[in-house]
Amino acid sequence: MGYTRPVAHRDKEATINIMLEPVQLAKFGVTEREAQHALDRLNVRDVDYADLYFESRTSESVSMEEGIVKRAAKSVSQGVGVRATAGEKTGFAYSDELTKKDLEIAADTARYIANSPRGDSSVPVPTQRRPTRDLYPIEREKAEVATADRVTLLNEIDAEARRYDPRIKNVMASFNTEYKVVAVATSDGALVGDIQPLSRLQITCIAEDCDNRQVGSFGGGGRVGFEYYREDNRHLSYAREAAREAILNLSAVDAPAGVMPVVLAGGWPGILLHEAIGHGLEADFNRKKTSAFSNLIGKRVASDVCTIVDDGTLPFRRGSLNMDDEGTSTSCTTLIEKGILRRYITDKLNARLMGIPLTGNGRRENYQSVVLPRMTNTFMMAGESDPQDIVRSVKKGLYAVSFGGGQVDITNGKFVFSASEAYLIEDGRITTPVKGATLIGNGPEILTKVSMVGRDLKLDNGIGTCGKDGQSVPVGVGLPTIKIEEITVGGTQR
Amino acid sequence: MLQKYTTPDAANGYAQLASDVLTQAKACGATEADIVVADGETLSVQVRVGTVDRLTKAREKRLGLRVFIGKRSATTSTSDFSRESLERLVGDTCTLARAVVEDDVSGLPDAAQMTKEQPNLDLYDETVLDTETQIDWAKRGEAAAFALDPRITNSEGAEFDSSSGRVVLANSHGFVGSYKSSNFSLSVSPIATESRTGAMQRDAWYEVQRKFARLASAESIGQEAARRAVRRLGARKVATKRVPVVFDQETAGSLLANLCSAVSGYGLYKRASFLLDKLGQTIASDLLTLYDDGRMVGGLGSRPFDGEGLATRKNAIVERGVLKSYLLDTYSGKKLGLPSTGNASRSVGESPSVGPTNFYLVPGLKSQEEIIGSVKEGLYVTELIGFGINMVTGDYSRGACGFWIENGELSYPVEEITIAGNLKQMFKDIEIIGSDLVFRGRIASPTLKISEMMVAGN
Repeated sequence: MGYTRPVAHRDKEATINIMLEPVQLAKFGVTEREAQHALDRLNVRDVDYADLYFESRTSESVSMEEGIVKRAAKSVSQGVGVRATAGEKTGFAYSDELTKKDLEIAADTARYIANSPRGDSSVPVPTQRRPTRDLYPIEREKAEVATADRVTLLNEIDAEARRYDPRIKNVMASFNTEYKVVAVATSDGALVGDIQPLSRLQITCIAEDCDNRQVGSFGGGGRVGFEYYREDNRHLSYAREAAREAILNLSAVDAPAGVMPVVLAGGWPGILLHEAIGHGLEADFNRKKTSAFSNLIGKRVASDVCTIVDDGTLPFRRGSLNMDDEGTSTSCTTLIEKGILRRYITDKLNARLMGIPLTGNGRRENYQSVVLPRMTNTFMMAGESDPQDIVRSVKKGLYAVSFGGGQVDITNGKFVFSASEAYLIEDGRITTPVKGATLIGNGPEILTKVSMVGRDLKLDNGIGTCGKDGQSVPVGVGLPTIKIEEITVGGTQR
Repeated sequence: MLQKYTTPDAANGYAQLASDVLTQAKACGATEADIVVADGETLSVQVRVGTVDRLTKAREKRLGLRVFIGKRSATTSTSDFSRESLERLVGDTCTLARAVVEDDVSGLPDAAQMTKEQPNLDLYDETVLDTETQIDWAKRGEAAAFALDPRITNSEGAEFDSSSGRVVLANSHGFVGSYKSSNFSLSVSPIATESRTGAMQRDAWYEVQRKFARLASAESIGQEAARRAVRRLGARKVATKRVPVVFDQETAGSLLANLCSAVSGYGLYKRASFLLDKLGQTIASDLLTLYDDGRMVGGLGSRPFDGEGLATRKNAIVERGVLKSYLLDTYSGKKLGLPSTGNASRSVGESPSVGPTNFYLVPGLKSQEEIIGSVKEGLYVTELIGFGINMVTGDYSRGACGFWIENGELSYPVEEITIAGNLKQMFKDIEIIGSDLVFRGRIASPTLKISEMMVAGN
C-alpha cells in the first residue's frame, strides 16, 4: 500500500495537496486515476450523482467483569462503497477488495439502476481538499493506547465502584475505541477525507441487598483521546455514578401509571428530542411523506420556549463530524425556532429531490451501508427558567434524570423512552425514587406541552448510538431542565 | 498440529487458510486457538411506490481469530486475507492476550466434546435469483398491498433480499467444521391514511425462508401487510386500567426473547438476570413448555454445530412451568458449574456468547379467536416499542399498540399506551397458550394470554 504519485495532469493541484495534507487515497492503495475511472464508469446518462466511499476502521475493546479484565478484542476492516443515484433510485455495491477490477464491478452494479447507456460527458476532475476544520485534533499516538493502560483504567473503576458501597456486587466495564479513516470521491468534484477517532467508557453495576437486586449504569466518551478519561479522574466519577444509580434503585418504589406532569433533567434526557422530533425531521421520511411531520414546515410543532438545533460542529463530541459521509461540511441546523418547524435534516439525495438546503447530515454506519439523513448532536437551547422553580411548579408528577433507550414510529409519531433513574415530585419537592418506567407520547404534539425551559442546557456525556434501517451511528443529545405539562407514564401503580 | 476431521468442505481453501493461521498462532506462543471464517453474497432490492428505490449488491468475507496463551485470551478479526495482514493479525492477537488478566475458566472446550457428525440440516438453497426476479417480487408484494384497500395511500417500500454464505470453524484440537446457508426474504411496509383526519398508520408483514420455493406468494405477504396497516386507522388512547392482555404471535415472541436472555449463561453468572438460581424451580405457568432445537431441518436458527464446534441439540428449557435448563456455552457453563448446552453463538471477531437456535413454545389447543373470545375487557397487543425491560429485576414497561377487546371481540384500535408488569409474574400469569405456532424466525410463539397487566393511557 505505497503512496502513489498523482498523475501528470494533476501536477498543479498536487502542489496544493502537499500544503493541505491531502486525503490519503493512497492509504487505500487506490490512485486518484482509479477513483476517477470508477466515477467515470458510473457516469451514465441518467445518473445524477455518484460517489466512492473508502473506509478503514480499527476497533479495539477491553472489558472487565468480576474484578478481572478478561477480554480484549481488535477488529480491522477496510473497503469501499460505490453508489450511483438516478432520480429517486440508488444503486449501491461494496467490496472489501480495493483493486481496480473490484471498483469496476462495484461501479457496474451501482449504475444498474440507471438503466441507460453511457453518457458522453465526463465527471469533473476532483478538486482535492480537506475538511475546513478539525473538531477532533487527536494525534494517532494519543488515540492508540497500550492495552495495559486500559486494563489499569478498568481495574481502578472496579475498585472505586465497590468502595462506593459494599452492596455493589458486580461491576462490568468496557472501554471501546475506534479509529476510522475515510475518503470520499464524488461526481460533483470533491475528493475529501477525514480521520474520525471515537471512544467510549461504559460501566454497569449490580447492587444486591438480600433478595433485592438492582442495576445502575453510567458512561461517557466522544471523539477524544485516552487522557480524557483520566482528566480529574473522570473515570472514577463515572464509576461512582453507576454505583450510585444501582444503590438508589434498591430503595425505588413502583412507578405510577397514567397522565401526569413530568420534569426532565438536563443532558441525556434530551433523548426525548431525538425520538419525538429528530427522526421525524429526517428528510427521507418527509420526501416520501411517511413522517408525521410531513408538510409541517413553517407550522407550530412546539411551544414558543422551544428552540431545537442539530449541530455537528461541536468539538470532541460523539455526534460531531468535520464532514458527513458524502464529504459535506457538517453544520448547525435550526430545526425548530421558538416552536416553529424550520428545517429538515438532509443528505445530498434528499436535498436535491426536495429542493431544500443541504445540511451535512448524510451519514452511514460503514462502507457496507448506504447514506441516510441522520442526526448529529440534537439539543434544545437554554431557556430562562430556574431549574428549581421548574420542579417547585409541579404538585404531583415525575422527575426523570436518566434514561435507557427510546424508539419512535415515524409514521404515526408515537415515541417512547424509558427512565432508568426517576423520582416522584410531591408538592414541588423531589421525593421517593421510582423504578424505571416508559414514557409515551406523540411527537408532533409533545413539545407543544413544554411550558418551562431551564437556563441549564447540558449535553449528554457521549454514550448515544442511533439505529435506523439497521445502521448504527454515534450521536449526541442535550437538554436543559424542562417541564412537560402532561405525558403518559407507563408504571404499574394507580 | 492440525489433524483434519473429514468434512464435506475439508478441501475448500478456507480450511487450509484456517490451518495456516492456527499454525502461525502456535508459533507465536498460543497454547490454544480457534478461527472462524465467514463469507457471503447478498442482493437486496427495495421498491417504493412501484419503482426501484435501492439496489444493493455485495460479496464479503471475514476472518476471526481467538487465541489462548495459558489462561489469557484475546479475539481479533479482519476482512483482509492477505498473507501480511494475517501475520500481523496473529501477532496483534497474541500481544493483546498477553495484556489481559488470567481467567481460570477460559479455554477451548475439551477435544472430546467436538461434534463427530455434521448433519445436513437443509439450510442451503443454491437458487441464485437475478436482479429482475427480485425486483418483480418486491413490486408484486407492494402492488398487492396498494390493491387491497384504497386507504393504502403510500408505502415505506417492499424489500426482497437474498443471501447465501458459508461458515468455517476450526480450532487447535484439529476440529474443522463447515456449513452453507441461505436466506430469502420479502417484507412489505404500506402506509394507510384516514381520509377524514389525514392520520397515517404504518405496518408491515414479512417472511423469511432458507429455501426460495418455500416463500409464500408476494401477493399474500403484501395483502397481509395492507390488512395490518388499515386496521390500525382511527387508533386512540384508552383509560389507564388493569386488564387481561393477549399477545399476538409476534409480540408473544418478544416475550420469549426476553425469557431467552434471562436464561442465557452470561446474564446468569454476572448476576444480571431475574431468573438467577431458579434452575429446577417453577418460573412460569404449568401450561408453558419451551424447547430450543438446533437441529430442526431447514430451521432459521438451525446449525450443525455451535460456535465452539459442539453438536447442536434439542434442549428442554422449561417443562410445565419448571426451569429445566439454561442456555450455555463452555465458558458460561463452567462459571455456573454446568456443561455447555451447545448454544455457543459466534460472531466473527468476538469471543463466543450464548444464543438461541430455534427457541419455541409448545402450542396449546385454543385458537386465537377463542383466546380473544375469553376476554371481557382487555388489550390485544400487536406491536411493542421501546426498551423498557430491566433484565436484572424483570421490571417491564413498554409502549404498545393493538386493539381494545370488548365482550370477546376486537372493538377498536389503540395506540400511545404502555403495558407494565414484571416478567417474573407475567410468565406465571400466562393463562392460555394458542395453537397457532408458526416459525417466522429463530424465536417463535403462539398467541398468549396474560391474566392481568397495567395498561397506562389517559
